[in-house]
Amino acid sequence: MASTPTQTEGAAPRRPTGPVWDRLSMKTKKLIWVWSFLALPILFYSVIRFYPTLQAFWLSLTDWDLMQPPVFIGLGNYKRLFADPQFWKVFRNTFTYLIIGTPISLVLAFVISYYLDRVKIMHAFIRALYFLPFLTTAAAMAWVWRWFYQPAPIGVINDLLGLMGLPQQPFIRSVTQALPSIMVTSIWAGLGFQIIIFMAGLRAIPSTYYEAARIDGLGEWAILRKITLPLLKPTTVFLVVFSSIGFLRIFDQVYNMTTNDPGGPLGSTKPLVLMIFQTAFSSYEMGYAAAQTVVLFSILLVVSLLQLRVLRDK
Amino acid sequence: MMSTDTNPKVAAAFGASIRPGRIIAWTLLLIGGLIMVTPLLFMFSTSLKTAGQVYDLRIIPAAPTLENYIKVLSDGRFMRWFFNSAFVAVTVTLSNVFFDSLVGYTLAKFEFRGRYLIFLAILSTLMIPTEMLVIPWYLMSSQLGWLDSYWGIMFPGMMTAFGTFLMKQFFDTIPNDFLEAARIDGLNEFQIWWKVAMPLVTPALSALAIFTFLGNWTAFFWPLIVTTSRELYTLPVGLSSFAVEQSIQWEMIMTGAAIATLPTLIVFLVLQRYIVRGVMLAGLKG
Repeated sequence: MASTPTQTEGAAPRRPTGPVWDRLSMKTKKLIWVWSFLALPILFYSVIRFYPTLQAFWLSLTDWDLMQPPVFIGLGNYKRLFADPQFWKVFRNTFTYLIIGTPISLVLAFVISYYLDRVKIMHAFIRALYFLPFLTTAAAMAWVWRWFYQPAPIGVINDLLGLMGLPQQPFIRSVTQALPSIMVTSIWAGLGFQIIIFMAGLRAIPSTYYEAARIDGLGEWAILRKITLPLLKPTTVFLVVFSSIGFLRIFDQVYNMTTNDPGGPLGSTKPLVLMIFQTAFSSYEMGYAAAQTVVLFSILLVVSLLQLRVLRDK
Repeated sequence: MMSTDTNPKVAAAFGASIRPGRIIAWTLLLIGGLIMVTPLLFMFSTSLKTAGQVYDLRIIPAAPTLENYIKVLSDGRFMRWFFNSAFVAVTVTLSNVFFDSLVGYTLAKFEFRGRYLIFLAILSTLMIPTEMLVIPWYLMSSQLGWLDSYWGIMFPGMMTAFGTFLMKQFFDTIPNDFLEAARIDGLNEFQIWWKVAMPLVTPALSALAIFTFLGNWTAFFWPLIVTTSRELYTLPVGLSSFAVEQSIQWEMIMTGAAIATLPTLIVFLVLQRYIVRGVMLAGLKG
């Protein structure tokens, strides 16, 4: 099978190949191409993705400070983590970002895109206004918001409150207000992306559905409930998961808005990723930090599997 | 773009009775949009004010000055960070455009044993968060001397499962006849991919390029970990250290933030239409 040459046009001089290459069958040649295309990527994924993943799992079972070689301690890190009140505080913070941040940003994004989709006058301009924050650098904008949240003569928001005769607020200096303040910043940063995705979803609904509904005499509200929202379900599920994962991995905003006491005041804004960062690169407890990353991985895995589940049963 | 409604059916559907509601909705949308860009406007306006004018809430400064920019840019640090970010983002983007589409194409257009396994293996890496890999990457970098180098910043992102998946989706849709025709013309497989298949998926390539560039330009977590010397900071990491150093000189911090944000914002604004299309494309396929 591998011997019959399909074409024998003498020695094709253009090809950078010797006589051995010419004797190979089409199929073998193709296979050689395939594996030479895939060689470097396979190496990359093995060394930069799979091996580190296994290593993270292994390190999570060790005690390791970078100085001495890692010592296997079984589930010691996990026991310590689940007994650590700081971990539970961080866990609660992380889920507060998620559980409050995701619904608020999704409802806002949906309402805005629902109306923006129908806007004809200055459509591109208004859309650009909403989209711009998505194109900014989180680290830079965190500092702008941090400035906004400062006390009166400096901070813009307190200045405005003062002008309107409203009481001053401590914002990121308060144990109770700091987390919501940071959440507002990250909702603001992600809203543009969600709006664009919702608009793409709305555009994908065939207009014949709407026409049929109107002929049937359905009102705007009924059309929204019976046609738009059900048909938009895949988009919504995607955004719920995307936004949830974003909040579960929140770091840039918190780190930059609380540099004097990262995750403060009193750890009230500290999310899981910041705890990982500090455990690994401030305390150099690499094994303990690895265990925390495995916990983060498990949470993200559950969220992603839930998405698949929801998408599958219609 | 802004064509008026000529479709009588649509015009009838949104009849005169809803008009006042639509005007209110439009006004609210515009106000909301203006609120969205307020932080950007204040950042820019404060960067043009002197220390004494910072408490002045007017968006248009009484006496705009470029003094802050001269001060911030004079020691060359921001120039360096800007270059670092640009170099890293461009290199990683080129690598992704090349490798992700090469792998996506191979998985879409060749029949071979192990194809499905490789596809699943690559796809499964989407489940692994960066945060879980940074500790092994850090260890690897310190053993191989990659800490505090451009390669150290770049290597984790040189190929991505997201990009590979996106490109495979698009290569799946191009007809095999084109490729067969090229094969008969005597092109080798690499040439077929590069000269025939790639030009057919340019919208996907630009979406991938925009996403990769944006992600790497704004990346903070890994560059913060892997760089220790100022000369190698990327713009977000550099800005963060600069802001800490300035402590309460908000006009200087805003100038730094503006330098980190505005140039790319302008480029992206010009390319907005393509970016929006790219986001829609990637969001729906991804």
